[in-house]
Amino acid sequence: MIPKEQADSLLIIVPAYNEQATLTGVIREVKQVLPDVSVVVIDDGSADATATLARDAGARVLSLPYHLGLGGAVQAGYKLAYELGYQYVIRIDGDGQHDARDIPVLFETLRTSGCQMVIGSRFLDGDAHHTSFMRKTGVRFFRAVLRPILGKSVRDPTSGFVGVNREALQVFSKSFPLEYPEIEALVVLQRRAFRFVETPVRVRPRMGGRSSITAVKSVYYIVHVLLGVLVNILKFERRRWRR
Amino acid sequence: MERLLNAMTVLSIVLILLVLRSVRRAHIRVEYSVSWLGASVTLLVVSRSSGALEWLGGVLGIQDAALALIFIVGCLFLVVLYRFSIVISNLKDANISLTQRLAILEFHLRSLNEKQETRTTV
Repeated sequence: MIPKEQADSLLIIVPAYNEQATLTGVIREVKQVLPDVSVVVIDDGSADATATLARDAGARVLSLPYHLGLGGAVQAGYKLAYELGYQYVIRIDGDGQHDARDIPVLFETLRTSGCQMVIGSRFLDGDAHHTSFMRKTGVRFFRAVLRPILGKSVRDPTSGFVGVNREALQVFSKSFPLEYPEIEALVVLQRRAFRFVETPVRVRPRMGGRSSITAVKSVYYIVHVLLGVLVNILKFERRRWRR
Repeated sequence: MERLLNAMTVLSIVLILLVLRSVRRAHIRVEYSVSWLGASVTLLVVSRSSGALEWLGGVLGIQDAALALIFIVGCLFLVVLYRFSIVISNLKDANISLTQRLAILEFHLRSLNEKQETRTTV
């Protein structure tokens, strides 16, 4: 549980694209664990009843007129939270993989650690039974890539269960990767000398729907993210040289 | 070679006319027609001056003037495509910002309406 006076500073955002099968359960679970915290579902141009079901379940809905992709949807949520004056935002997925009971832990870490970002990591406690082989391999690869760039290791760089404070919100409101944002976002934060910390979370199998990442898309994902990381490094290095 | 140059001349004239027609009918904005017009006029000039083509071929180390012509065409269209990639990227960024702003404004509007309805019922 989160005390009422602290709950007002936190917004939970749930980016969702055609998640009608699972979204109601996710929102109800969050409301059960955190009845005083606002929940905003970012409906990323869904063709199904995602928005209606989200409202019926007690969430507010930010409806994008067409499909922007995960990064565009998350950034819209960050912009809204920043405008509404929230101090902290925690993002969870709409497919039911994240356990709402972990939100208070993420929030407490975010409040007390002094870090701008908290990542809910499925690998810190070794509880990653529901993670596919492909994903585990990808995570290992990006751990190795990010280690020298970030100057520290990150166990779960692809996690979508993350919390950010207002400083990070300000940065992400202006600049946020459009596709596959998690890894690039870490580089953006690191280049601004912001800090992140990981905290263990439980991850369940998807309650419904299918992952959008297929074998072919995985290759595209790796190339895309590597390029994004490189571009972000060059962008910030160029600014540093100009100073 | 002469045939290729003539075909290129016809192609560049057709391209110029096509672009001008599209601009007149407002299918292409003037600022985006400049790249196409620049490329097609360059093609027209090159295809009508075989001396210039041979000189350029000599500079590039290409013996065959036809190959030099194809090389120039390729380069011109690469530049045009590159320019349009920049334009498309800028448009996409603007589009995303506008979409997000619209959604946020709708969100605020809905919240205001809900507050008003609550007040009215109370």
